[in-house]
Amino acid sequence: MAYSDKVLDHYENPRNVGSFDKGDPNIGTGMVGAPACGDVMKLQIKVNGQGVIEDAKFKTYGCGSAIASSSLLTEWVKGKTLNEAAQIKNTQIAEELALPPVKIHCSVLAEDAIKAAIADYQSKTAGGDDKADAA
Amino acid sequence: MQVDWSKNFFELFGLPVQFDLDPSDLLTRYRELQRRVHPDKFASASAEERRLSMQLTTLVNEGYQTLRDPVRRARYLLELSGAAMNDETDTSMKPEFLVEQMELREALEEACAREDSLRRLAELANDIERRHAAKLEELRDYFSRGQSALAATRNAVRELQFLGKLLREIRDQEEELT
Repeated sequence: MAYSDKVLDHYENPRNVGSFDKGDPNIGTGMVGAPACGDVMKLQIKVNGQGVIEDAKFKTYGCGSAIASSSLLTEWVKGKTLNEAAQIKNTQIAEELALPPVKIHCSVLAEDAIKAAIADYQSKTAGGDDKADAA
Repeated sequence: MQVDWSKNFFELFGLPVQFDLDPSDLLTRYRELQRRVHPDKFASASAEERRLSMQLTTLVNEGYQTLRDPVRRARYLLELSGAAMNDETDTSMKPEFLVEQMELREALEEACAREDSLRRLAELANDIERRHAAKLEELRDYFSRGQSALAATRNAVRELQFLGKLLREIRDQEEELT
């Protein structure tokens, strides 16, 4: 499998690897998996009071394309509002990284992850009770 | 040599179309079939028969590989029943399962970084094998319940694919260290 330079760059120097405390009310966590290859991806966003994503982190166990897709996505969502971040399409990720057809599902996984993270954050802010657990 | 190409792999091996199967019985049937169609037996036969023998040998091998592996057998059964798995679109996983998978992969990463990594890896492999075996039992149960448990069957197959990948990764790490 020949990876593009951009995939290699993200694979060798992944941006924003790590975790936030998922109990924190300002953090949204998206966890997704690809049954075809057994890859798992966790993407977390830190959202401020204005609904803007201040920071993002990811942890991906998978192939280079999956790592690059999530790494790139964490760079893209920083500074975006939740609505803007929700608009990001897997095709944009695939295009930016020049993913071959067999690796398109990695970009789909990343899109699913950010959507799941946004949904998780929104469910936290909607149900105020959860905030008591965070410390 | 008469060949009925419409037979599925279960029929080819003279087995009922079901998930439950005795691996040693399958192996016996495989060897018997292989012997009957082996190209060596047709060395002096017509070109047509030799070609057929080659094709059948390939088919028998493919059938054996498909049936002996429980996950491949499960996927094949679903395909036969018109409910084929689609890995690109069947991606919904229970959040708890994914959290657990993430933790297990972190545990693998930690195990590799330790001095007694081989022992840690062996423990982890045992743990995953137990989970894999338990999930296979679940799958067997779902198959016995038929159509009513289809969603659970498909979910178990997906989970087994994650566990299988993890096991292969542990084995790869073990090989690298020995």
